[in-house]
Amino acid sequence: MIAEDVLCPFCGCLCDDIKVEVEEGKIVGVKRACRLGSSKILGHERTTAPMIRVDGELLETTYEEAYDQAAQILKEAKRPLLYGWCSTVCETAKLGILLAEEVGGVVDSTATVCHGPSIIGIEEKGMAGATLGQIKNRADLIVFWGANPAEAHPRHTVRYSSNARGMFTPDGRGGRKVIVVDVRETRTAKNADKFILIKPGTDYEVLSALRMIVQGKGEIVPETVAGVAKSDLEEAAAMMLAAKFGVVLIGLGLTHSRGRYKNVDNALSLVADLNGFTKFVVMAMRGHYNVAGFGQVCAWSTGFPMAVDLSRGAPYFNPGETAACDLLAKREADAMMVVAADPASNFPRATVGGMVEIPVIQIDPFPNPTTLLADVVIPTAVCGIEAEGTAYRMDGLSLRMKKVVDSPYPTDEEAVREILDRVRRLSDDN
Amino acid sequence: MIIEGGIVYDPRNGILGEEMEISIEDGRVVEESRDGDKIDARGMLVMPGGLDAHAHIAGAKVNTGRIMRPEDGRRGTEARTKLLRPQTGYTVPNCYAIGYRYARLGYTTAFEAATPILEARHTHEELEEIPIVDKGALTLFGNNWEVLECVRDGDLGKLAAFVAWGLRASRGYGVKVVNPGGGEAWGFGGNVKGIDDPVPNFDVTPRQIIRGLMRANEALGLPHSVHLHTNNLGKPGNYETTLETLRAVEDIAASRDRQVLHVTHMQFSAYGGTGWRDFESKAPEIADYFNRHQQFTMDMGQLIFGSATTMTADAPLEYGNARLLKAKWSNHDIELEESSGVVPLVYGRKMPINAIQWAIGLELALLTEDPWQMIMTTDHPNGGPFVNYPEVVALLMSRPKREEELKTLHELASKRSSLPSIEREMGWNDIAIVTRAGPAKILGLEEKGHLGMGADGDVSIYDIDPEKIDPSKDHEKVKAALSRAKYTIKGGEVVVRNGELVAVPQGKTYWVEASVPEDEAAKVRADLVDKFAKYYSIQISNYMVQDAYVTSPRIVRAGVI
Amino acid sequence: MVIILKAIMISGRTLGQGATCEAKMSPEFFKATSTCALAESDYDALGIPKDGNVLVRTRSGEVVVSAKREGGIPPGLIFMPMGPWANAVVGPKTGGCGTPLYKGVEVEVTGTDRRVKGVRELFADLETEGQR
Repeated sequence: MIAEDVLCPFCGCLCDDIKVEVEEGKIVGVKRACRLGSSKILGHERTTAPMIRVDGELLETTYEEAYDQAAQILKEAKRPLLYGWCSTVCETAKLGILLAEEVGGVVDSTATVCHGPSIIGIEEKGMAGATLGQIKNRADLIVFWGANPAEAHPRHTVRYSSNARGMFTPDGRGGRKVIVVDVRETRTAKNADKFILIKPGTDYEVLSALRMIVQGKGEIVPETVAGVAKSDLEEAAAMMLAAKFGVVLIGLGLTHSRGRYKNVDNALSLVADLNGFTKFVVMAMRGHYNVAGFGQVCAWSTGFPMAVDLSRGAPYFNPGETAACDLLAKREADAMMVVAADPASNFPRATVGGMVEIPVIQIDPFPNPTTLLADVVIPTAVCGIEAEGTAYRMDGLSLRMKKVVDSPYPTDEEAVREILDRVRRLSDDN
Repeated sequence: MIIEGGIVYDPRNGILGEEMEISIEDGRVVEESRDGDKIDARGMLVMPGGLDAHAHIAGAKVNTGRIMRPEDGRRGTEARTKLLRPQTGYTVPNCYAIGYRYARLGYTTAFEAATPILEARHTHEELEEIPIVDKGALTLFGNNWEVLECVRDGDLGKLAAFVAWGLRASRGYGVKVVNPGGGEAWGFGGNVKGIDDPVPNFDVTPRQIIRGLMRANEALGLPHSVHLHTNNLGKPGNYETTLETLRAVEDIAASRDRQVLHVTHMQFSAYGGTGWRDFESKAPEIADYFNRHQQFTMDMGQLIFGSATTMTADAPLEYGNARLLKAKWSNHDIELEESSGVVPLVYGRKMPINAIQWAIGLELALLTEDPWQMIMTTDHPNGGPFVNYPEVVALLMSRPKREEELKTLHELASKRSSLPSIEREMGWNDIAIVTRAGPAKILGLEEKGHLGMGADGDVSIYDIDPEKIDPSKDHEKVKAALSRAKYTIKGGEVVVRNGELVAVPQGKTYWVEASVPEDEAAKVRADLVDKFAKYYSIQISNYMVQDAYVTSPRIVRAGVI
Repeated sequence: MVIILKAIMISGRTLGQGATCEAKMSPEFFKATSTCALAESDYDALGIPKDGNVLVRTRSGEVVVSAKREGGIPPGLIFMPMGPWANAVVGPKTGGCGTPLYKGVEVEVTGTDRRVKGVRELFADLETEGQR
């Protein structure tokens, strides 16, 4: 059997044209997906049973025990942190936010170590965006800034951007210009018409210079800006102004380096400025397939897209104070539930130190370094392969993920609901 | 349940302030109720539940407003309770606050005014999270490539079939048209300047798009008419475009007992002047036209001073707002279908333009003689948040209140509008029409907006005695009473008592299933297969809103077969 | 004499890291992620033998990873795939916005004979390090 038009549960491209070959309930082949997607769809080593740590060792247990233990941990904690949510569906996120309300916890997503600064930039400026199909059909200039889709979003260029064909872009790559700005010559840079190599941490300066040139104030820009020749910036600005429809696709090169949200603010401002001359849009190249979805659910549920502290009953949002990394680095969190993410790998080591001393609950299909620090491990089905539900693409488009094969494991949604029910029962008992 | 002793206003059934009993059983108004529950409404005003026919309450642009405006989210926060989820926001409240606040006002139904088909799944995800009220969403068609091509080719049958398909795909309730052609032109940063300005690359004009969609709407016999946001909205001098648009469709007849076209948030389309300097009200001209043309309806789009978040599928308008105000600006183009924008702003009493805009909304409502042609709205949150509806009602009912307000405004509000000379004060019957019976009739919701047999058991009861109070003088009491319903009853269940929420049921979602001839449907399918293969960024099989996103549907049937 | 390279470290996604990031306990993830790419000239200047290792050190910590040459990297820059090895040298501060500086980290790089720790060792150490 071949399942058609399956959605890929890997990156923010959320490709929805994947063919998955299934024989006797097992996935035996994947077509159209990139290396990242096929690798996940074909499957990896799984955590096969729930586990609880006893005397330093993780021992297998029943789901009932694991749920009870998880509920007990969250109920007893004064400052529980409920983190992750990027590789699961929105239905899980909804329950996770409700659980955070019930236990008076902080709920945060992987966005805060990814495009969180982009969201803060949007809070400052707003964002002139579009769906990916708009870019496919119209964009004649693509700017990748601090983004490397060749490795992080491998099908982006073919499906949506530089190499795609659409209504007003029948010639595909031939009819488009591509500018890449990065601190190294990435694989993406090799596909560029113009590559601008900048020094790490100088995005803000380079963006500012471009804005000056675009606004006709180029005479005050020095001959070199952070090591980039003014003539290169003038050439890039001229390409931008000559475009009928330009797009700036921003990556973690902006959000992870000096300036962080200010870099994004400046990129959003450049795009707003360019709209005074021609059509321009901008988009954040979101990493995990549903990190955008958590932000959407969190915003409509709590008013804020990430790092929401519910300890006072009313939502309180202040990244830098209420984001996961801050709570762990300051040793403020006294329990942590991790759903569909791996902070032990992806947070700075000193921050991960904050997970060592506190009880950690992990809900995830796969073993990973977070498992090594976890006290309760609850294995679940893989969303988009073994469980259906909603995910939001990097452009904010919501799509329904499919269930392709059965799984012996509960879904993330079921696992969170079980814990929520138990937390409520514990509250009623008191 | 029996509601006893209240003074009932039910204009649809000709009840104009009579003391009478209302019986509800199994969620509907009945002759006689047997369950013995009694609500003592003696000395109180009883009306059908309020109905908001045009508000931006769910979907991508609303959430964009929340995400780009944490400063708004921090206003109006309320902690969760045993019964309620937490609340945040003033102009862009979270989903729970939307439901709770409508219920507190005595409103039991609210329609999201604009959803693109492609992003309708998101709209329904949020609608599902809005508690208590019944809801629905109007679907955007005015810049859709398939629509433009059908109109260009003059293929009305195929256009009607596409409209039916689009409503089904989006689980939408009606046909919304926003700045027709302008959204497509915005794809390359352009706009259309009037109803005869051709849409680039498509060889059609806004006039043709509006006429085509209205004729398709009537061919399908949809419960609601086309719901139009005019070209040139928000621009000085645009009343001419508005009147030109209406004159262009005078020959089209409605296929049902309702208007043939609803022009929305008219306040933004009733402007005179050649620019912002000589900006003035042309509300009298618009109202005069409506008084002579009963086939059209409108809603106010009343402006409320203070913070607002403008959000619309009229993306070029929002870009203009952002440039003019140097404000935060979000834009979102939707492939093959629409564009949209979000800009926060503050309306100031001393700002000449804002003060005149405030007057225009009230002029329109008061100068349009037949209240059945008018719906009270603020185009939430464009003119201001819906929580201010009691303020608008008080303004409509009290000339002294209007005079008091005018004194606090920039003097041009009095000089460039006719508001100071308007004597009319609406009565409770008028208010019951513009907030209940009218919007229900205009949307084609037969079981809403009245309290006759079989109507939905949606009732609002306010602690104000219409026989004792003079709203003209006691406008503060009117506003206070309407701000916190004594009781709100939704589907026969008390959800608000003494202004506080006591139950949080889940409402229904209305959508329209329109049948079309199979050969027309097949032509549409063939077109769409081609469009998805070449232009959309997703597969056609993943496009339609799945049943999982509309868990309590109320399907209204229509169509040509 | 030990040659010390003062460099700027950036970390990020690679195809190899991405393809194995849901299999983090696997040898493939270890291979794809416990590594550091240097400019040709820096690689040579450090005198690293073929398939040699480097010690990367910051104020926040240190880590041994395998070294490889990469043409696209300018001198003075090193690239490490995102993951626990790179994060051993990323600092915890978020500058008030919740996000650590994963890129643009000032590091010192030296050649080393020490071996690269496996993922379990890396985290076993963290437990014994306890509260920093």
